[in-house]
Amino acid sequence: MATLSDIKRRIKSVKNTQQITKAMKMVSAAKLRRAQEDIIAARPYADKIQGLVASLSKAAGPETNPLFLKPEPEDGEKTPRLELVLMASDRGLCGGFNSTLIRTAERFIRENSSKEISLNLIGKRAFEHFKDRERVKSRALGIARPSYALAEEIATELMDGYLSDGSDEVYMIYSEFKSAITQRPVVQKLLPITPPKEEEQGEETYEEFIFEPSQQRVLDSLLPKFVVVQVFRALLETAASEHGARMTAMDSASRNAAEMIGHLTLLFNRARQAAITKELMEIIGGAEALKG
Amino acid sequence: MAETFTLEIVTPTGVVLSEEVEEVYAPGEEGEFGVLKGHTELIGNLTIGRVHYKSRGTSGEIAITGGYAEVWPDRVNLLVDTALKADEIDLNEAKRELDEAERLLEGLSLDDPDYKKTRDTREFARAKVEVAGRR
Repeated sequence: MATLSDIKRRIKSVKNTQQITKAMKMVSAAKLRRAQEDIIAARPYADKIQGLVASLSKAAGPETNPLFLKPEPEDGEKTPRLELVLMASDRGLCGGFNSTLIRTAERFIRENSSKEISLNLIGKRAFEHFKDRERVKSRALGIARPSYALAEEIATELMDGYLSDGSDEVYMIYSEFKSAITQRPVVQKLLPITPPKEEEQGEETYEEFIFEPSQQRVLDSLLPKFVVVQVFRALLETAASEHGARMTAMDSASRNAAEMIGHLTLLFNRARQAAITKELMEIIGGAEALKG
Repeated sequence: MAETFTLEIVTPTGVVLSEEVEEVYAPGEEGEFGVLKGHTELIGNLTIGRVHYKSRGTSGEIAITGGYAEVWPDRVNLLVDTALKADEIDLNEAKRELDEAERLLEGLSLDDPDYKKTRDTREFARAKVEVAGRR
């Protein structure tokens, strides 16, 4: 049976842990709020670009830009090559966040096993899981919020690989931010570009517009931006999801710690009472013996 | 007094400016163009440079990198990668960037892969110096 000082020590250590998880929860809550603001701030730009691409690509047709449709290679027998971008986090302690994403990626790889897959991993956790595979590229996210420059860098790398015939398709797996409690892994095709559908209430059509220098030139410069915007959105959503997941995980960790402290305190009191009773018995026993 | 329309400058990280203005001048790919209320509907590529706008006696300038201008009869949306107002620019820092880029550019040949990037850096630095210097 544990002695009184043992139990005391355990209570103290659980209390320390609880303090840490509480602090982490607060930090994540603050970061989550910022991440959500970032998502909202990015929306007007993304919507506009998407609207333009939707409208222009309908008029232009898919043959006009290699980002839509790449000419078939002449030696048609090649295995298609696919590049998969997986976005996860650098740090753990965020519940099932990373493992859900990694599981989604594993499933995707199994389903596409006929293709030659190369991985482009973002975040240290993803890299640690897949580092033994072949054809792996990776980068860490760093502690800062995801910047547009980072999205540009990643997207440019992907488009270069695609256009220089290093890959035939590009997919990305990221976490969609639903709420602080729910995050959903999403598989999205990035390249070749699937033209987005126009909004239903399409009052904003660009049919009457003059284009400078020309409609084709505008579309050509617009498409890479469209890819960057999608990568940027995925990064922001993943970042918000990470903070949400960590906040939820730390919240339940704090609650578990409180429960454990309660249990240990009960144990401590019981042990103390037992010791007192035992001492009393001894005193009474001694007194009885003296009376003898 | 000239009629006003809405000018909005939108970047990937948020809306930088949303204001009622009378005139806008923006750096188009094929030269600077000006917009007044009632302009024909137009979509144009923008290059690095300065956006200049006037409204009710006041005027403002913003340094931008490339993007798009969407012109409607009653509003203008500029979609750009980066947009900086005069008070967001450190003039000395921008001057230093400009000198640095010009120095680098002299050592680069036209077909160097870094040439275009360095030239863009120089153009944006120049736009920043012009915008901040006029404050």
